Amino acid sequence: MLRLTNLSKVYATGDRALTDVSFTVEPGQVVGLIGPSGAGKSTLIRCINRLVEPTSGQVHLGDMEITGMRRHGLRRARRRIGMIFQEYALVERLTVMENVLSGQLGYVGFWRSFFRKFPPEAVANAYRLLDRVGLSAHVDKRADALSGGQRQRVGIARALAQNPDLLLIDEPTASLDPKTSRQIMRLIVEICDERGLPAIINIHDVALAQQFVRRIIGLQSGHVVFDGSPDGLDAEVLTKIYGEEDWSATIRKTDDDVDEDLADEGEPAGVVQETEAARRERMAGLT
Amino acid sequence: MTMSPDVPFRETWSRPPFIKRAWLRWTLYGGALLYLALAIGSIEVNWTRVWDGLDRGVRFIEGFLVPDFTSRWEDILVGMEESLTMTVTSTVVGVLISIPIGIGAARNIAPLPVYAVCRAIVALSRSFQEIIVAILFVAMFGFGPLAGFMTLSFATIGFLAKLLAEDIEDIDESQAEAIRATGAGWWQIVTYAIQPQVMPRLVGLSLYRLDINFRESSVIGIVGAGGIGATLNTAMDRYEYDSAAAILIIIILIVMAAEYLSGFVRKWVQ
Repeated sequence: MLRLTNLSKVYATGDRALTDVSFTVEPGQVVGLIGPSGAGKSTLIRCINRLVEPTSGQVHLGDMEITGMRRHGLRRARRRIGMIFQEYALVERLTVMENVLSGQLGYVGFWRSFFRKFPPEAVANAYRLLDRVGLSAHVDKRADALSGGQRQRVGIARALAQNPDLLLIDEPTASLDPKTSRQIMRLIVEICDERGLPAIINIHDVALAQQFVRRIIGLQSGHVVFDGSPDGLDAEVLTKIYGEEDWSATIRKTDDDVDEDLADEGEPAGVVQETEAARRERMAGLT
Repeated sequence: MTMSPDVPFRETWSRPPFIKRAWLRWTLYGGALLYLALAIGSIEVNWTRVWDGLDRGVRFIEGFLVPDFTSRWEDILVGMEESLTMTVTSTVVGVLISIPIGIGAARNIAPLPVYAVCRAIVALSRSFQEIIVAILFVAMFGFGPLAGFMTLSFATIGFLAKLLAEDIEDIDESQAEAIRATGAGWWQIVTYAIQPQVMPRLVGLSLYRLDINFRESSVIGIVGAGGIGATLNTAMDRYEYDSAAAILIIIILIVMAAEYLSGFVRKWVQ
């Protein structure tokens, strides 16, 4: 179970990214996090595993308080939190297998990982995961030789190789076509069901979120403005989250063939600023 | 949509100038031109000396047209062997030392104190030209290839560590972030997220440096650091332009071979 209590984040530039965000995610629950660009979705999931350092508030995962952890403890906490990224973030020049095994880095010492001598059960698990995501035939290929959908499957396998208690998923389908997007979302939701894994999915595409998740949290300027079932997303709520617009085509239809192209219209100002600040801080954590 | 049919749109457009203020722009351009004219005017040319020198130049070129490989073959062979040994050993040692310094000099992965120290080493190594370093090392270790080896290793550090650091600073950070999110430690991030991204360039730069070190080895020999440069210098001093030409031709061939080989290897590691 994941519990966020009054989580806030103010970047060094003074930008307020999150304000008093509190919610709980039960085991097996998949939450869709929606909101306009710059609303703090990306910051929020990165505050959970502290790739971005929260300014105040607490994050509890099970009985661990992640926000109170020091360097070593934080590494142990991170290895229990799988993360899946928008542009896949695979190490392009490594093989598919190395990318999946890199999910084990938090469990294995430096020299073992350097010589790629992972424990036999970790290797067997990696093969099992690659089979699960349908990539058994591509084990020795380099990651940059795969298509977008295949790469995201490797990303999923890498996150699962951590034996996670939680998945944080940042725009998993933003660089994929509509069909592949649906396949990837279905795979993620199925895997979370199989393993009873809680997950938070940042997602731009409201229709896609409505189709696959059973709980949606709406973020607007760092505040939670909606938390409930996808059926509750009516024109009024969408206006509260995104601002005034004609929402009639986006509101849930009964058949699956929902109109797609909602995204990329009019990005609010301040977007670039926020991601730049976030990027700088994320890398700063490396030193 | 706003449409105003009464007001026609302008039909001309020009690129905004790089320096916006017109007076500043013309002052800078004019000043640069004036300086160039004055600078060229200040160069003194002794035309009678140039005329005399033409004669020597012709003798040199004549010698070059009939290179003599045989009469100094022994010396050439010894010098070449020294140069090649110097080149390979100094490149290997230089690259091995450069890697940790280059990692330390990359701002995005090194803590500030380490960064400052490594950047200082790089700056020190880069601020002295090879010849000056060679003169110093010749004074310290005496004539011969040891001084040359030390010089080239030292110069390699400045070159390679700087370029490696810059390449590390340019990596795709999302890959490093993803590896960090798995709970990997710092060294694991370096070997899993950074090394794969910079390896092809590191190999390419090392081969390029091998090439440079060979060429430098033929120059620093002139100040006494051994190698083919020393042989070349002796030949020149004795006005044996035909032997000098033979040495130059061999240097050109070896540089070309190195160039071809490095191009091949770079394509292979990509």
